[in-house]
Amino acid sequence: MRLPHLAIAALGLLAAAAQAATVYVSNEKDNTISVIDADSFAVTATVPVGQRPRGIALSHDKRLLYICTSDSEHIEVLDLETLKVVKTLPSGPDPELLALHPSGNPLYVANEDDNMVTVVDVEKGVVITETPVGVEPEGMGISPDGKVLVNTSETTNMAHFIDTATYQIFDNVLVDARPRVAEFTADGKLVWVSSEIGGTVSVIDVATREVRARIGFEIAGIRAESIQPVGVKITADGALAFVALGPANRVAVIDARTYEVKKYLLVGQRVWNLALTPDERLLFTTNGVSNDVSVIDVGRLKTVKSITVGRFPWGVVVR
Amino acid sequence: MLRKIIAVFAACLAAVSPLRAPAQADEAAVLDVAVLTQGVEPRPALSNLVLPPPDSGLLGARLAIADNNTTGRFMKQRFEVHEAVIEWNGDAVAAFRRLAARGYRFFVVNVSADALLAIADLPEARDVLIFNAGAPDDRLRVDDCRPNVLHTLPSRAMSTDALAQYLAWKRWRNWFLVVGRRPGDRRYAEAVKRAARRFGARIVAEKSWDYGPDARRTAQAEVPVFTQEVDYDVLFVADEIGEFGEYLMYRTWTPRLVVGTQGLVATTWTPVHEQWGAAQLQSRFVKAYGRSMNGLDYTVWLAVRALGEGATRSRSTAFEAVAAYLGDERFGLAGFKGQKLTFRRWNGQLRQPVLLATPPSIVSVSPQPAFLHERSYLDTLGYDEPESNCRLAAQAPAWQR
Repeated sequence: MRLPHLAIAALGLLAAAAQAATVYVSNEKDNTISVIDADSFAVTATVPVGQRPRGIALSHDKRLLYICTSDSEHIEVLDLETLKVVKTLPSGPDPELLALHPSGNPLYVANEDDNMVTVVDVEKGVVITETPVGVEPEGMGISPDGKVLVNTSETTNMAHFIDTATYQIFDNVLVDARPRVAEFTADGKLVWVSSEIGGTVSVIDVATREVRARIGFEIAGIRAESIQPVGVKITADGALAFVALGPANRVAVIDARTYEVKKYLLVGQRVWNLALTPDERLLFTTNGVSNDVSVIDVGRLKTVKSITVGRFPWGVVVR
Repeated sequence: MLRKIIAVFAACLAAVSPLRAPAQADEAAVLDVAVLTQGVEPRPALSNLVLPPPDSGLLGARLAIADNNTTGRFMKQRFEVHEAVIEWNGDAVAAFRRLAARGYRFFVVNVSADALLAIADLPEARDVLIFNAGAPDDRLRVDDCRPNVLHTLPSRAMSTDALAQYLAWKRWRNWFLVVGRRPGDRRYAEAVKRAARRFGARIVAEKSWDYGPDARRTAQAEVPVFTQEVDYDVLFVADEIGEFGEYLMYRTWTPRLVVGTQGLVATTWTPVHEQWGAAQLQSRFVKAYGRSMNGLDYTVWLAVRALGEGATRSRSTAFEAVAAYLGDERFGLAGFKGQKLTFRRWNGQLRQPVLLATPPSIVSVSPQPAFLHERSYLDTLGYDEPESNCRLAAQAPAWQR
């Protein structure tokens, strides 16, 4: 996207106001991690990693990045100071997405090919246990208190609620087809689950496991089949939710209290995953087909910049 | 109200079913699927070394059963498959009768169109649901529809329309049609001509291939002569069982591409399809069975998965509940094609994107974005409702009457 000079000037002001943050993006087909300065929006490094990096997560102390290198069949641990892979963790086959316990350990990994969630001790580098789930486990959400893990299975079409103390499933909630991402609200009361083929987001009450709302999307001029929700981010105050709509090339902005869709923001092509800066002023999106990252100004609800990264950008986190 | 009646009816039926005692509260309810597949007539192979796997289709059923059972663990549902394989010249109707006599009511069949109609019209088939996973004949979707039959594979017209849309987009409008000697080839050629009319192409020449079935050692001499003196953009070949189509490539008089049943083909599945999560299904299949998934495996997988989806969503394994859900507007199947797949209400055909592929790669996926439709873009492929004489939506299936 080309921006007029004025917008770029405005952007400079805005960036100066934001605190220094760094964005990490996994490039699925390039086997790299792009490092982006969240102030200047410049790609400052491109780090080679294992094969087919997809889901990524920051360590508790934000010094390490855990990377699902799916075709290398392990988790790689990237030191964010030296930008070197310092160790690998076992993951079970085809790790895709992961969630870290709020205490910093263990790591929960969805094994897409194996119908399992693998629990990995990141200190000892060993697998603690495996929990059998539905077909093609994908989305991983952990409650803020670390007690509940929600895994979604893409072909079983369920959100599996797992007790992190016993590693056992204690409930299953049917959602629409191909659930991709599970995201807890900051108060831990609700979990939002996106359904890529169903075209909806289900908001599930964590205490009762009842679906409180099913959010649909409609965009003038975009065919319904192209609206494929994947990434979900909710602001800490519980006011706004952002949902990436895949090949609709839009991010939906939702009032997270009324579940009303307020706006659709045009971003790059096939937008999948989202990450907010710690101050929640900026939202970064990975656009798999246009090979770039869009930057959304959360205050103005505008897409302000696109940044070229590697091929098939997939996961994104902000430090 | 109607749903309530169906549910009560289903409960009564379950209670008297000869197959199963009523499920205990802690015991999984069972859904039985019978898969009937007929072998193909022995045919000349391009190479004696590469032959189609004899378990085509069956492995798709087994994988779908495994997928359904993984979900079933959470639903207290269990899925079982019962397989029957008959020779190419065996009696499909008798085989169906034997399965029906065992009380099965969900069937997935890979038999000829004639055999399918004979089966669907049997008294034993009145209260069953049959998925057609192997017969591409358009007449099953246009004139000879049956309320107890759903189709998971694309029809010939869907396949040729898928290619035609791409050729129209490429502006390769002049087609040289080469037709094999079999009835299926002639029907495919009819679908090609219909596609040409629909999408503004011209059949500039049409020839029958009558050089016999095995041209391994003679093609280099025969094909250049056969394709001489025709001016065309692409050669559209109709050779469904693969007697000669592969020999046309690289041997035509002028350097032209081959599309149709060989060359660039329209297909519902190929081992190189990896988009939209398909890589996961492919690798699950290879891991389980040690070979790649083919089109018949996929169309059978779709049928058995549709039943799984029906059972999960209706929270029942009872025939009436599952069948009703398949006919419900809420039904949508995730089939690794980037959008949900639904059944056309007028003829029971599963709407689906069609892959345009060569053996090592996907070239494109139809419908092409330029072709629009008021209801679903997928309905630009094959016979649309106004072109079909079937009105199944108005004809309640036997079990709902």
